[in-house]
Amino acid sequence: MAHFDENAKPFSEQWLDDRLGVRTLKKVLAKEYWIPKDINFLWAMGMLLAITFGILIITGIILLMHYKPDTALAFDSVNYTIMQEVGFGWLFRHMHGVAASVVFLLIYIHMFTGIYYGSYKRGREMIWLSGMLLFVTFSAEAFSGYMLPWGQMSYWAGMVITNIFELGSLEFTGLVEWIRGDYVPGDAFLTRFFMLHVFLLPLAIIGIIVLHFGTLRIPHVNNQEGEEIDYNAEAEKYLAGDTAGSKVIRFEWDFLSKDIMVLGFFLIFFFYLVFFHYDFALDPVNFDPADGLKTPAHIYPEWYFLWSYEILRPFDKDIGLMAFGFAQGIFLALPFLDRSPNTKPAHKRGLFFIWFWVMVIDLIVLSVMGKVPPIEPFGSIGFYSAILFFVLWIALPIITMMEKKVK
Amino acid sequence: MSDNTNRREAMAGMALGACAAVGGVYALAGMKSAWDPLPSVKAAGTTSVDLSTAEENVLYTEKWRGKPVFILKKTAGMLAKQSNNDKKRDLIINGSSYLVCVGLCTHLGCIPSYKAESEDFLCACHGATYDISAINTKAPAPLPMLIPPFKINGNTLILGEAGDEYNKMKEAGVLGKTPLDPKA
Repeated sequence: MAHFDENAKPFSEQWLDDRLGVRTLKKVLAKEYWIPKDINFLWAMGMLLAITFGILIITGIILLMHYKPDTALAFDSVNYTIMQEVGFGWLFRHMHGVAASVVFLLIYIHMFTGIYYGSYKRGREMIWLSGMLLFVTFSAEAFSGYMLPWGQMSYWAGMVITNIFELGSLEFTGLVEWIRGDYVPGDAFLTRFFMLHVFLLPLAIIGIIVLHFGTLRIPHVNNQEGEEIDYNAEAEKYLAGDTAGSKVIRFEWDFLSKDIMVLGFFLIFFFYLVFFHYDFALDPVNFDPADGLKTPAHIYPEWYFLWSYEILRPFDKDIGLMAFGFAQGIFLALPFLDRSPNTKPAHKRGLFFIWFWVMVIDLIVLSVMGKVPPIEPFGSIGFYSAILFFVLWIALPIITMMEKKVK
Repeated sequence: MSDNTNRREAMAGMALGACAAVGGVYALAGMKSAWDPLPSVKAAGTTSVDLSTAEENVLYTEKWRGKPVFILKKTAGMLAKQSNNDKKRDLIINGSSYLVCVGLCTHLGCIPSYKAESEDFLCACHGATYDISAINTKAPAPLPMLIPPFKINGNTLILGEAGDEYNKMKEAGVLGKTPLDPKA
């Protein structure tokens, strides 16, 4: 039997440490979890994402107590009960909607920070892969949540996205009907997507977040120069009192205090959107109840899906679907397509710097083209931007192989 | 650890794994069935449409299995422009030619809108177009709009049941690779 301190008061630190090892936990997870000093505000995005996910869970729980997953009741339970009757129901709905949108803004910034600084490279592949897995599950979570108000956009987005599983000429209509539990999105569809949205997908997301944090612990977070830091030596320096000379700081509270400052700025932006521009996350078309006999004149996804939607749009069905699948999956392969030995910021990597910014601009152009109706010249701009997207991915291994080793 | 112990552990592991796998497969099959369309959904029956008062070049939309079905009585002008292949898709009801199809774009399932002046269909979602026989004329639509199972009874069109005319169309290969299932 392990040693227990007879004199420790119940629930004192000693008492808890004897039973749960809280001191070791705190040391490993916070006090001696070392973060490099050479970082900037972009390194705070992970924490902002965790907090935003927390906001989504808390507001989601409140909405869950009043929402009714039934095609006859869903629309009114959202647009009447929650919006008009529930105390602060409007606020919780707007917070939930805006947070769902903003979470993708943060994910994109987080992703492209990682791409810019090479934070997916050797030793950090699992961080990138688990992060991309989170992107996929968050996308599914966003889509399933979008079904719940059961407005026109919910219904027709449900129709179009589930039809993708027909997989073009493979004509898997049985699979589509199985996913829906009906020939068209109906009650069975709404109820099962409700289950996915409030239980299975959040559970998966929480699990993958734990994995994502875990993947960081051994390779440590990257820094602005991609420098390989000897964490043992630097930690020793810090603990010996040379905090100025050490290249690292403690997670708690050195790094967290900086994180919390960025969080403060973020929350000002977030609540500004919630109170003054909540409408950007609420499409007016979705305030018409779902109608299976009337497609809205112009349908498009939320802003964060526009770029991949536009990659689907200008091609024949089969090629479009393959293009769409490629666009969804290719980011996962980034650590293996980048053949350069350098873990350096993009501005020190020559052609990769150009690649990075062309990719960012291309995704923005695709997103804009995804929003406008499919008429000329937008159709052609979208088509060539989609082609450019593929060209960039084909070029990536070539330009990174040509890259010289940077000291 | 001896080889013997390793073998025994491996054996026990495999036995446990095999039993668990069999149970797991049955459990998955059960869970798959729980997601299948319910019998009440499948039995959502047939739709009868009386066409005695149908007007030419006016698009009627009926609901069958929750999906819109387009019904359009063709004008003499439309018929004159049609090829023989196009005509095979027409339903002849009481001497008049009709277009009858599921009004969902074969790309991803939006409802194309009918334009009576230009006599064609446009899907606003991704820009596909169809001619008067619901045959796709512009990408990304890969196929003509589907013809639902039907039965003709005088002036009445019954959707969801396969009649003689429907079976003839099916045999002639007009309905494509995977015709819609009439049983339901």
